[in-house]
Amino acid sequence: MTDTLESRPRRDRHRGRSRVVPIPLLAPALIGLAFLLLPLIALLVRAPWRSLPEQLTSAEVWEALRLSLVCATAATGLSLVVGVPLAWLLARTCFPGRGFVRALVTLPLVLPPVVGGVALLLAFGRNGVVGQWLDSWFGITLPFTTTGVILAETFVAMPFLVISVEGTLRAADPRYEEAATTLGASRFTAFRRVTLPLIAPGVAAGAVLAWARALGEFGATITFAGNFPGRTQTMPLAVYLALQNDPAAAIALSLVLLAVSIAVLAALRDRWMTAS
Amino acid sequence: MTETTDLGTPPPGHLSEGLDARLVVDRGAFRLDVTLAAAPGDVVALLGPNGAGKTTALRALSGLIPLTSGHLLLDGTRLDGTAPESRPVGVVFQDYLLFPHLTALDNVAFGPRCRGAGKAEARAQATEWLDRMGLADHAGAKPRRLSGGQAQRVALARALATRPRLLLLDEPLAALDARTRLEVRAQLRRHLAEFEAVAVLVTHDPLDAMVLADRLVVVEDGRVVQEGTPSDIARHPRTDYIARLVGLNLYKGRAEGHTVRLDTGPGITTTEELSGPVFVAFPPGAVTLYRDRPTGSSARNLWHCEVAGLETHGDQIRADLTGELPLTADLTTVAAAELDLHPGAPVWAAVKATQTHAYPA
Repeated sequence: MTDTLESRPRRDRHRGRSRVVPIPLLAPALIGLAFLLLPLIALLVRAPWRSLPEQLTSAEVWEALRLSLVCATAATGLSLVVGVPLAWLLARTCFPGRGFVRALVTLPLVLPPVVGGVALLLAFGRNGVVGQWLDSWFGITLPFTTTGVILAETFVAMPFLVISVEGTLRAADPRYEEAATTLGASRFTAFRRVTLPLIAPGVAAGAVLAWARALGEFGATITFAGNFPGRTQTMPLAVYLALQNDPAAAIALSLVLLAVSIAVLAALRDRWMTAS
Repeated sequence: MTETTDLGTPPPGHLSEGLDARLVVDRGAFRLDVTLAAAPGDVVALLGPNGAGKTTALRALSGLIPLTSGHLLLDGTRLDGTAPESRPVGVVFQDYLLFPHLTALDNVAFGPRCRGAGKAEARAQATEWLDRMGLADHAGAKPRRLSGGQAQRVALARALATRPRLLLLDEPLAALDARTRLEVRAQLRRHLAEFEAVAVLVTHDPLDAMVLADRLVVVEDGRVVQEGTPSDIARHPRTDYIARLVGLNLYKGRAEGHTVRLDTGPGITTTEELSGPVFVAFPPGAVTLYRDRPTGSSARNLWHCEVAGLETHGDQIRADLTGELPLTADLTTVAAAELDLHPGAPVWAAVKATQTHAYPA
């Protein structure tokens, strides 16, 4: 009896999942799986394990890794500060053109990052639409600086956060905010003291996702911020550069990024990997 | 019993204390238009079927939705232009909506804190409220650790902690199972009796309404169809909905002496002598069923009907009849078996005039 009782939820979970897989589906599925896995395996096989310690302790690697972590974290912070309110606006308010705004927010998700970099240059470059004023009024120059890296990464990563938080907000019961309102809370207080704690897991997941995206950012960064070691050369840029004159170093750097990605996936496993 | 309704509705704008409201809310095809008045200490129940607009009325009172027109005065102050967070109104929501990330204590302290109390002061007030609700031991518990009855009391404490001049309760007992319901109903009745300002509760359960409220306002399709004391409404229902709620057969007709001519169907003989438009009501238990036309019956009212449906109702059988007069009859299981009742069976239904009750419409 206990056996059947125990197996019931498991059976429910696997309902509609067949043990018999037709070959026309199985073969392409396995090819697809192999295609996804092989490059990663190749990375591990060809890794210069013996020289790895010295590769990873070189000053350039640490410089690039440090810069990557700092910039990705700063970009995530920036995304949180403006992205969470933006997500709230999209999820909780009604204004004309909301659908259009939402589409614009998600545009960087599908936009080639290089195009994003070019667009950032046109906006914040020294002769850019906004950049020329920043330069002449405040003496602020954004392109080809560490701040430029952060901006480029934010541009590419923030949509991930906004989409994730907006989804969580939509799933969260808006009546908690109403309850807070009837207790005397302003809408902002209700957001800060009730909504934000309730959606914290979604915000965290979105932040991790945005952070991972920022960490791997290449196209927009190299276009808008260039490739100066110690200033704008992040890990992906270092990998690309190393591949041309020191492949072993490129592999070592790639392994570090792979390890970070796996860590991110592990952090998000409850949210994504258990999805039915 | 109609005399008790006369404390009912003074003209709008003349109450310096308590609630005086005309709530008009347009929502597409639906229009809510109800007038509510209550003195401090009153407990008013808005009773009505689902979709009647009860919750809309509550949301309009709390300011969560704006009035299309009408007015809302509380203790002589206009509230209809005031934001919900600035209204002296407390709400107990249907599923309580206790903040899941806060302890019971912090849930109750939330209101005082928002209304300007310091952290320590708000917590002290919250502790006192939880004490009063008999929940001192659960102050540190998160809502998911509370039972339904406890959560309900925390929600009540949270609403009362802002010292509202108007307390709103949306289906306060609907989320509870039958057993806790009985207990919580009694507690809630006690707390409402202690509450010194106006309380308005919304329910579709006539028992909750009658136990908890001093006055019922029955709402159907966005309008008030009847209001009065619970006993008045139970004895003199004026719509089919209320008649069903209180378990009576109800008909509308025109009285000529002891006979009431129904708008559709036969006449009913009553003991009251009235004239003009009236309602006639009788309980399902007053109906006697016969398979053949009774000869020796003293019943003045005899109708030929057909069984439309049967269901068990407590320890009895409830028969829905169609035919000359559509009605509901209660009979014992034994009687139902002896009569060989089944859907489609022809029966004679008899009701004594003394068992009917007629009153002016």
